[in-house]
Amino acid sequence: MQWETVIGLEVHVQLATRSKIFSGASTAFGAEPNTQACAVDLGLPGVLPVLNEAAVAMAVQFGLAIHAEIPEVSVFDRKNYFYPDLPKGYQTSQMYHPIVGAGEVEITLDDGSTKRIRVHHAHLEEDAGKSLHEDFHGMTGVDLNRAGTPLLEIVSEPDLRSAKEAAAYLKAIHSIVTYLGISDGNMAEGSMRCDVNVSVRPVGQEAFGTRAEIKNVNSFRFVERAIAFEVERQVELLEDGGQVIQETRLFDPERDETRSMRTKEEANDYRYFPCPDLLPVVLDRAYVDHLRETLPELPADKRARFEGELGLSAYDAGVLSASREMAEYFERVREVCGDAKQAANWVQGELSGALNREGLPIQHSPVSADRLGELIARVIDDTINGKAAKQVFQALWNGEGASADEVIAAKGLKQVTDSGAIEAMIDRVIAESPAQVAQYRDAEPDKRGKMIGYFVGQVMKASRGTANPQQVNALLKEKLDALC
Amino acid sequence: MHDKTLSELAAALEAGEFSSRELTAHLLARIERFDDDLNSFITITPEPALEAADRADAARAAGKAGPLTGLPLALKDIFCTTGVKTSAGSRMLDTFVAPYDATVVERLKAAGTVSLGKTNMDEFAMGSSNENSYYGPVKNPWDPAAVPGGSSGGSAAAVAAGLVPAAMGTDTGGSIRQPAAFCGITGLKPTYGRVSRYGIIAYASSLDQAGPMARTAEDCARLLGAIAGHDLRDSTSVARGVPDYTGELEAPLTGLKIGLPREYFGDGLDPEVEAAVREAVKVYESLGASVREVSLPHTHYAIPAYYVIAPAEASSNLSRYDGVRFGHRCDNPQDLIDLYKRSRAEGFGEEVKRRILIGTHTLSEGFFDAYYKKAQQVRRLIRQDFLDAFEEVDVLMGPASPTPAFDLGANKDPVSMYLQDIYTIAVNLAGIPGISVPAGFAGRRPVGLQILGTHFAEARLLNVAHRFQQATDWHCRRPAIAEETV
Repeated sequence: MQWETVIGLEVHVQLATRSKIFSGASTAFGAEPNTQACAVDLGLPGVLPVLNEAAVAMAVQFGLAIHAEIPEVSVFDRKNYFYPDLPKGYQTSQMYHPIVGAGEVEITLDDGSTKRIRVHHAHLEEDAGKSLHEDFHGMTGVDLNRAGTPLLEIVSEPDLRSAKEAAAYLKAIHSIVTYLGISDGNMAEGSMRCDVNVSVRPVGQEAFGTRAEIKNVNSFRFVERAIAFEVERQVELLEDGGQVIQETRLFDPERDETRSMRTKEEANDYRYFPCPDLLPVVLDRAYVDHLRETLPELPADKRARFEGELGLSAYDAGVLSASREMAEYFERVREVCGDAKQAANWVQGELSGALNREGLPIQHSPVSADRLGELIARVIDDTINGKAAKQVFQALWNGEGASADEVIAAKGLKQVTDSGAIEAMIDRVIAESPAQVAQYRDAEPDKRGKMIGYFVGQVMKASRGTANPQQVNALLKEKLDALC
Repeated sequence: MHDKTLSELAAALEAGEFSSRELTAHLLARIERFDDDLNSFITITPEPALEAADRADAARAAGKAGPLTGLPLALKDIFCTTGVKTSAGSRMLDTFVAPYDATVVERLKAAGTVSLGKTNMDEFAMGSSNENSYYGPVKNPWDPAAVPGGSSGGSAAAVAAGLVPAAMGTDTGGSIRQPAAFCGITGLKPTYGRVSRYGIIAYASSLDQAGPMARTAEDCARLLGAIAGHDLRDSTSVARGVPDYTGELEAPLTGLKIGLPREYFGDGLDPEVEAAVREAVKVYESLGASVREVSLPHTHYAIPAYYVIAPAEASSNLSRYDGVRFGHRCDNPQDLIDLYKRSRAEGFGEEVKRRILIGTHTLSEGFFDAYYKKAQQVRRLIRQDFLDAFEEVDVLMGPASPTPAFDLGANKDPVSMYLQDIYTIAVNLAGIPGISVPAGFAGRRPVGLQILGTHFAEARLLNVAHRFQQATDWHCRRPAIAEETV
């Protein structure tokens, strides 16, 4: 039987506010345990939450970015359950009236095609602390630094049909939140985590199959692997005549498998009710309009502009707009060198290659966008040739020289276009290569084109790469043919 | 000194008749002498009190005294106080010391008042008799066989017995007004949102409100002025100016329209209580007020609605007492569930457990709509009843409680105890202010007249109560213990 995979994602994004969603404590990552938890975060008796306006603004910006409905009123609810890293015994969340209503996110697939994924809603909530099970000899440590960090939970409709689509969706969300600057998007530090709902159904069937929820998957790669495993498990189960049970599962990246955590019967009754300590959030039109005006250009718009106005290919436009950092770097290079295609080639070629080799993100590139732009400008104005440009790039990467011009001057890489000088080099090469000249002369005229490569190489070598290759080619052909 | 009202003490301090230190020492001695028997305090803080009194005297000497500087008072043990235990009357918090002051405490300190200690209360403010305290029941100063009312029973008894001229209480369903009535003092529950809840241990967050308890309405007006106002740390506190509550006290009552809710004079009302209240209403007529009957048709739904909403909020508010970070923890927990179960089973008393169970049930899947949601709808109807009534009249009057103080141990059945709050509970559901003033006796036990106003009508209520106290002397009557000297 042919099976179709149905996936819905709940993405938790930590918002980049300086202080927590309901208290003034810092949200900075990596502090000593429990040094960034105030009385409110600790759930001490008598203290009260006060909503952080920055978190509201960020949630609304996200909503606007996905063209979602922004309801005038949203309400915080309490989700009640006991756990040591949940200090109050409830999580303040939004169950019935979320801050962001229905919207949609466009994803780009490997073949360059796009698909719209519907977002059911997004709501604000507070993060819990962390339980630390190691290093405590049979006991559990609790770190409440993370407790109260603002989260935006983005809940998709079950519109995703493969692990690849799910990963593309996650990347699209990542790109939107980092473009907006509402999250650092750092998955390794837990700034973005997701719960994946997966089910399968026979192709052609309309009703959804029973789903399993895979909790807390925290990388693009793990999302793909967890779904791949889960789909295989469910299909196998069904083909063997079994049934999928509705349950919560955990992905174990070490073993590359998902394991049952709890079944629906064991599920908590969270006893949601409106939080009486917080007033409903009422957003007036002017506030929302103001936020709309301050939205930056978003990935989808940027991609369209790169393609339409700058004339890049769909693929290049997609790659260069994928992250805010990449897009900003590219745009700066383009501004400095004045040529979008050259800028695109360099950013995706030489620069990306070097970054990948050293595992650096583009914002930590040793060669700044300005330096790279200046370098490309020197290729465009024929100061250096392409080969020399690579040497200059490498030198800049290694920190040898403050600018392209400095490296060009120091290394004597300025392109030689003086035909007298080139002719002199050619004459010397011909004089020093009697055997190759004889071969050339004896060859059939249509084979000679290939043989000329040897002489070009020698001349370029003699010029230490600075001779203009087109000139070398033309002059060599002239002189060799004259010898025949 | 202890026979004086807060206002009289303020005048005496200003006139230099005695110092705040002398006054404080005198009251501490009375507490020492009488409170072993009365049990109105959980914690007494003599040293910080005397230090605060000295600071107040120094401020006065420097010409920097305000209207409340150097005046002693007590705080219900539900207000968090830096460095001093705050137990909420519970074993769960028997060792809890907050690292912060409640906003009310902060403001009272800033006004120069002197706290003598923390008063006894029903555990987590759940109760109407103060019998639910981990620290034992409080006796009614008028009659040791009677309860002082609850949950602010310690505050009411301490004021009535002349141990302090005033005390702070909280009122979620009548917990200021009913004990004030039972102990023959004046107690004001302000409008919800008038006084910050920050640092007050939560029972039912949408109903809790702090207020003053003292001998007179004038004293309450002085204290309310100090504690009321917007607080950025409490989102439900209202950003609205605080009037001078003492400024309107003397306004004449000519033309005042009084409504008597029909439902507050029905079955179950003690005849002596009714007689006292009707007598009080006559006093108002003599002061130029007109009286008419009004109806609050949803009154009989108030107790059921309250006992859905309050326990629901309480079940969630009390989840933080889990033995993990502070408060009572059982010995040698075997695992996490054992830690939760035994810490909470040992730390909470019976009534608290009952309300947690009720609240957990009413919020459960499948019951939420039938209970919680329905109760919230009823709540809106009850609020509307009051708003409709205040279209016709300026204030409502009736008894604060259907009976005078009952005997210790008399109400064993929780539901009969819940029914004690029939006249006070709807007020919290509607969020309006109410005050109870002494209005006579039923036998040896005091009777309270309750006066209700619309939202933020505290100044009017205090004015109406004050004029009554100028025309009567019920508020001047003292129990024998208050006349005794050390």
